[in-house]
Formats: sequence, structure tokens, C-alpha cells
Amino acid sequence: MSDDFEKLKSALQRTSDKPGTEAKGAAMRLAMEEFDRLQESQTEARLNSDPPQGAAGQTGIWHMVSNFLSSRAALAATGSIAALTVGVVVVTPLMNDRSLTGSDRLTGEVELTPSVAATESAPVAPEVSPSAVPEPPMPPVPTPMVTPGEDPAPEADQEVLHSVAPRAIAPQSAPPALSTEPVLEETENFALSAEPSGQSRRDLIARSLERDATASEGMTGLTVRPERMLEDIEITQRHIGQSGDTFPEFEPSVMKTVLEAPVSTFSVEVDTASYGIVRSSLMAGVLPPEGAVRIEEIINYFPYDYPAPSVGEAPFRPSVTVLETPWNEGTQLVHIGLQGQILEADARPPLNLVLLIDTSGSMDQPNKLPLLKQALPLMLDRLRPEDEIAIVAYAGNAGVVLEPTRAEARAQILTALDGLQPRGGTAGQAGLEQAYALAAQMSEEGDVSRILLATDGDFNVGPSDPGALARYVGERRGEGTYLSVLGFGRGNLDDATMQALAQNGNGTAAYIDTVAEAQKVLVEQLTGALFPIADDVKVQVEFNPAVVQEYRLLGYETRGLARQDFNNDAVDAGEIGSGHTVTAIYEVTPVGSPAIRNEPLRYGAEESAETVVSGPRDELGYLKLRYKAPGAAQSALLEMPIPAAPQEASEDVRFAVAIAGFGQLLTEARYLGDWGWEEAIALAQGARGEDPFGYRAEAVRLMRIGQSLSDAR
Amino acid sequence: METADEDLACAAGLGDRDAFALLLERHYDMIFGLILRLTGHRYVAEDLAQDICIGLAGKLSGFEKRARFRTWLYRVVVNAVHDWRRRETSRAKASAGWGDWEIARQAEMSDAEASKAWLAETMSQLPEDLRDTVALILGEEMTQAAAAEVLGISEGTVAWRMSEVKRRLRAVAVAEDLA
Repeated sequence: MSDDFEKLKSALQRTSDKPGTEAKGAAMRLAMEEFDRLQESQTEARLNSDPPQGAAGQTGIWHMVSNFLSSRAALAATGSIAALTVGVVVVTPLMNDRSLTGSDRLTGEVELTPSVAATESAPVAPEVSPSAVPEPPMPPVPTPMVTPGEDPAPEADQEVLHSVAPRAIAPQSAPPALSTEPVLEETENFALSAEPSGQSRRDLIARSLERDATASEGMTGLTVRPERMLEDIEITQRHIGQSGDTFPEFEPSVMKTVLEAPVSTFSVEVDTASYGIVRSSLMAGVLPPEGAVRIEEIINYFPYDYPAPSVGEAPFRPSVTVLETPWNEGTQLVHIGLQGQILEADARPPLNLVLLIDTSGSMDQPNKLPLLKQALPLMLDRLRPEDEIAIVAYAGNAGVVLEPTRAEARAQILTALDGLQPRGGTAGQAGLEQAYALAAQMSEEGDVSRILLATDGDFNVGPSDPGALARYVGERRGEGTYLSVLGFGRGNLDDATMQALAQNGNGTAAYIDTVAEAQKVLVEQLTGALFPIADDVKVQVEFNPAVVQEYRLLGYETRGLARQDFNNDAVDAGEIGSGHTVTAIYEVTPVGSPAIRNEPLRYGAEESAETVVSGPRDELGYLKLRYKAPGAAQSALLEMPIPAAPQEASEDVRFAVAIAGFGQLLTEARYLGDWGWEEAIALAQGARGEDPFGYRAEAVRLMRIGQSLSDAR
Repeated sequence: METADEDLACAAGLGDRDAFALLLERHYDMIFGLILRLTGHRYVAEDLAQDICIGLAGKLSGFEKRARFRTWLYRVVVNAVHDWRRRETSRAKASAGWGDWEIARQAEMSDAEASKAWLAETMSQLPEDLRDTVALILGEEMTQAAAAEVLGISEGTVAWRMSEVKRRLRAVAVAEDLA
């Protein structure tokens, strides 16, 4: 008994295995780099002469100064400190996150004596000027109702307001068992977790605004671009789902009144990561966290066979189907399918592929690095001999594992891949920088360059915050290198960061949990996804108020664009690769339907459809698409009317609708009424079609699991 | 005479590069060792120790000289480990860290390995809060008061936890005897 106690004690004390000198060296080197970086940014802060935070800052300084003075005698003992020149600065939250802890910093190259410090610090610390630090104009909090008196044709699309609005305090889908307490409980605490503090969130938004101010200088009349803020907000405002995974925050879109917001604008989306997460959750016998369910990604996971564009047409072809809503007799669905043209393997340009592989310690699990090693060779067979591959590994310090090598040197590539060992922490940014440098070096005229980032997504540790990473990727996008993200494993998976990185890098995000999934993503689709056929594809639908009273877009909550951004070629949007399909579904309520949800306005009653509207009754709305040829600066426009009369729906369309129902059943089924799992399964089952790879059959199985889990709840 | 940690920390917080480097050099092994005791994972210890060192670059300005640097640093480490646990899939996985050693034991059986294996087994049987306490009191030889400060709990709770550890060890020993 007490023997065991002593035994435990001595065993624990002997536990102190010596740390590896390599790990120690890396840690110290990175820490010193970070130290230097912070010192530098302080210098910048001083040069900027940003106004200080105010009174609190002042006390902080004095506290620091007096602390310092009291220990002066002791400090004189070491050479390094004795020779110290102390700076006195006040740091604004824009420049230095240390101010977040409330401890202010000193700067200004002054020899430190009390009197000098006093005179020097006084002028830099004028009284509080709240206007000096720009408060980000927060978008209005979303409400399902549209406020009376609102401009019938508002400047910013309602959709954007809804998707942009911050929802930091709505962790309704976080399981209660999981602590949602803020990570920064105390100043000493480290923000090692994915959850950012409120302060750093504000910091991010502020920086985003600052950047926007710069970015919009050459642009007409645009001061704040909400979708830019959206990126940051997406990255920072999320909650922890099951385990340590983090997912972006959003709220399902609500029914909008056509008279008030006639135009709906969004960016296309070909990511499929959400479906992978939903599947792995359900297979593990747990309903997925609601935040992980993005309906558009689940729909777009499946291959559809929409009418393809003919030669000489636009690189993709839209087709529209109007059908009766299975879950509501009083509404209709508008199904919009885009089919990208399929490039023949011979016709495609040479490919430069940089594999950027996370080899941090957390990747040391069978469903991570080993799975990746199994999966990547599958793709090699699909490359042409003249395509080039390079491999960069990052863990603590990033390094080139394989210099650019032609795909025909298969043995060499596989040897390099096999040699990857999980070790150390994750410094995503250093790895990215190296990968981009390599891609630029490999790139020749007419090539396509793509970085394939394979990670469990644990970017939140290390010197860089995810916002900075995403911004970095966004900046590199201009150089013509695409970035796709492959997520591996659960537990660490930082879905939100992955999604944001891929969105900013003109790429796709996919989640890989089995070799079969690797096969699908890497071989069947990535060979398509690797070759973009259209960039910055935006969709805009204007509804005809003479026919449609209300509408809602299913999914795409994190992809909303402002109405005016549709024609603004400077605004980024999603890409379509060779052979990709993109599906979007609206639920619309015809004028006069009993299913109308929004009550007519008391004061807007005279502006009813009868008086304002003169649109043709046979058009439900008007579809516009903008896209750029890969690498082009100017966008092209495709447009077509949406017929009001319902048509017969193909199997593809019906299956997509069933999956949209599935996605809603996994989240909040507020628009589904009595329509439930049974009906969704029947609809999907009846629309499986040929299904040569069994994807749709698998979806039906998952729906059955979802049904039993929901029933059990 | 060696410069006190507290003074080095203040100086580093004010931008003294050498002071910062010295501080890291002095404390890296302790950081690594404590994380290893708390988690049983070598790679976690390396990862987290690195993150903590990097984080220190920005955090030292938050250090107040009134506090003892070592206590403050212990808290930083313990909090980082708690965050890590929170991010882990499940408690099963967190305790599996100590399980790795069990596997190592079967691969290479020696006295030292057997002792490690016993430790791994014992530690993984303790709930996390007891594991934290044991690592600090027995592993780091802290006083109950110091451990209480690091963990942010009362001294009485530490004392209770230690007696709980003894009780559990007794129960395990009895079970082993019976087996």
C-alpha cells in the first residue's frame, strides 16, 4: 500500500525521459523566431504611432516600469540585462496580441530612467479616443423576419447579412457534456485550443477591416466587403463539436420574402468534406454535430449526370428543374445543376503537384498518415509521365522531402513517401510557404500547379493563427497556384480551418476516412478537380415577385455573397473542375400559397404583388452565372429564365432532393413538417439509378442509421 | 550568482533576447518532463513543449514579478495539457497514451521497462484530476500548497486527492494479490 505509493513516486520521478535534443532545439529555435517576430511587430507598432488603448494601458505601463525598477539592482548582475536598452511603447490591439492580456508593453528607444520614462511615455499616452481603434461594423443579428420599413431592394443582399452575422454565442449544437468554457480563463493560459478568445476574434475582425480598407482603395464605392469578414468570422467563430473537432458556425437559411429581398447570390461549392464527416459520425453510431452538416457539400458529394456542355460552349452548362416539394404541398423546389465539361486526359495541360504533408505527432494514427501513404500511390497511376511531383513535410520545421520529380519516377516518389515519419508539432505556415515556393519554381507557361495539403487540420497550434494562414493562402492565390485540402482522422480535425484554407486557395476540401474514400477523392475526382475549367463561379437568382412570394436556399450558408459582388470581378468565389457538378436547390412559395410563412406587412400592404410587379407570369425567376476562364481577370456571363411550370424530375434531381432532406433531418427540420426519415429514404431509394460505385446505396444506409439514432434520441 | 527566473522573465518580456533564450534553456526540460508525466505521450510532450515555448515569446509580458516564475510556468503547462485533453477524442484515447508503454513493454521486456509499464498501468487507472495531482506532488516534488496554486484548487482538495490516490493504490494492490 504505502509501498505502492513510494513505488509510484520513484517511478514518476524516473519518468523524466530526457527530451530529444532535436525536439528541444526545434522548440527553442521556433520560440526565438517568434520572439524576434514579436519584437519586430512592436517596432512597426511604434512607427505606426497608433493611438494607445487608454487609461488601462497607462496603469499597465507604470506597473511594468515600477516592477522593472525594483529589480534593477538584481538585473545588473547579468551582462545581457545590464546593457539593456528598454523601449517604451504602447501597443494597439491591431498590432500586438499581447495587449490582449492587458499587459501593455513598453517601447521607444530610451535609456530607462524614471524621469525619462515618464516624459517619454506621457505623450504617447493621450486620453482615450475610442474612435481611434475602429470598431468593426457588425452586421445585424439575423432574424427570420424582415424588419418593416426596410428598403425593398436593400443594398446588401439579405442572404449575406444572415450568413455573416456573428453567432459566437449560439453554441446550440455543441453537446452539453463538452466544455464550452473559454480557453483563456486566465492571463497565463495559452490559446492552444481551437477556440479563440473574444479578444483575438475582435483583433482578427479589426485586422480584416484594416486590410479591406487597403484593398478597397482602388475600388469604387466599396469600403467594407462583408464576405471578407465572413472568412475571418468563419475561421474564428466556431464551437467545438464532438471531440476536439471544430466546425464553422452558421445558421440554416430562413424563408425570405421576394418583395423585400428579390435577389439571392452565392458562390458555387464543390467541397465534399462535410459528407465524409457525417458518414464517419454515423458509422460510429453518433449523430454528427449540427455544425458539421453543410447541406450543399453533402449534395455535391455525389456524382450527377447533368446535361454536359457542347464543344464551343461555356465550360459548364446550367440546367434548371422546377418540381413539387416532397415535404410541403404548398411550395416548389427549384433545382439548379451545373455540369462542367470533361477534359480528355490527353488534352489537359501538364500538372505540377506539390504534396504538403502534415507529419506532426498527431498524424501517427492508422487513419491518418498510414492511410495517406496507402492512398497517394493510387493517384500516381493517373498522372502522365511528364507531370511533376514534389513532397514537402512539415512538423515543427518544414522540409522538402522530394525535389520536383517526374511522375514516371514512381519508385523514387514512393520511397520518399514511405520515409515519412510522424514527429513533432505542426507549423502549418512554414510548410505552406515552402510548398508555394516550390510550386512557383516548378511552374511553366501553360502548366497547372496545385498544392495538395494533407493534414488532420491541427493548425491552431504554432505561431500562426488560422486567420493569418487563410489570408496568406488568399494572397498566394493570385500567383496561379491552387490549394486543395485533404482532411484525415477525427479528434483533431479542424474542419473550419480546412474549409477556409481551401476556399481561399481556390481549391476543394475533402475528408478521407477510408481507402475507398481516398480512391474516390484522389483518383476519380481529384484528377478532375486538379484541372479547373472555370474560376470564381457565382450564381445569382432574381425571383419574380409576380410568381414567387417567398424563397430559401438550401445550404450554402457559408457561401453567401453580397448582391453587388456578383458583377465585381475582384470578389473571389468557388471553382469548378473538369467533370465537376454543382447543385443548388431553392424552396419557393408561390404567390397565394397557403404555405406562406412571412405575414404581409401592415404598412407595406399597398405594395403588394399586384401593384409593383409586372413580370411575366410564366417565369419564376431569372438565373445568372458569372465565371472566369482559369487565370482570366474578366468574367463572362451566362443567363437563362427559370420557367414557372413544374417539370418532370430526373433521378439525379430527385436523389439530390432526397439528400437535401437528409441534411435537413440531421440539423433542424423546421421546414419539413411531418416528412421524416422514412420518406427521405424512400425518395433516395427510388432515385438511386445506376450508381456504379455504390455511393447512393451507401447514402441510403447512412440514412437508415441516422433514422435509428434519431429515434433513439 | 544566478539571475532569478523572475528577473529574466521581466527582462524577456521587455525584449531582452538573451534573457529569453536563457529562460527557455533553463526550463525546457521541466516543461517536457511534466507534460510527459501528465500525458504519458512522448510526442505530445514534444509538441506541447514546443507550442508552449513559442507561446512564451508573447506571454512573458503578461508575467507579473509578484508571481513566482516556476509556479506561473507550471500553471501554463498544466493548462496546456488540459486543453490538449479537451481536444482529444475521448478520455479513452487520453489514457491510451499511458497504454503505449504497455505495448513497448511487450516488445522489450527489461526491468526498467517493467517499471515503466507498471507506472503506465497505474497512472491510466487514475482519473485525470488525480493524475495531475500525483504528477505534481510525487513527480515534481511540490508541496501541497504549491500544487494547489498551480492547479487553482484549495490545499485541502490536494490533500484529499492524495489520500484518494493512496486509497486507490491500496485497492489495486489488494486486487493484484487476489489475482
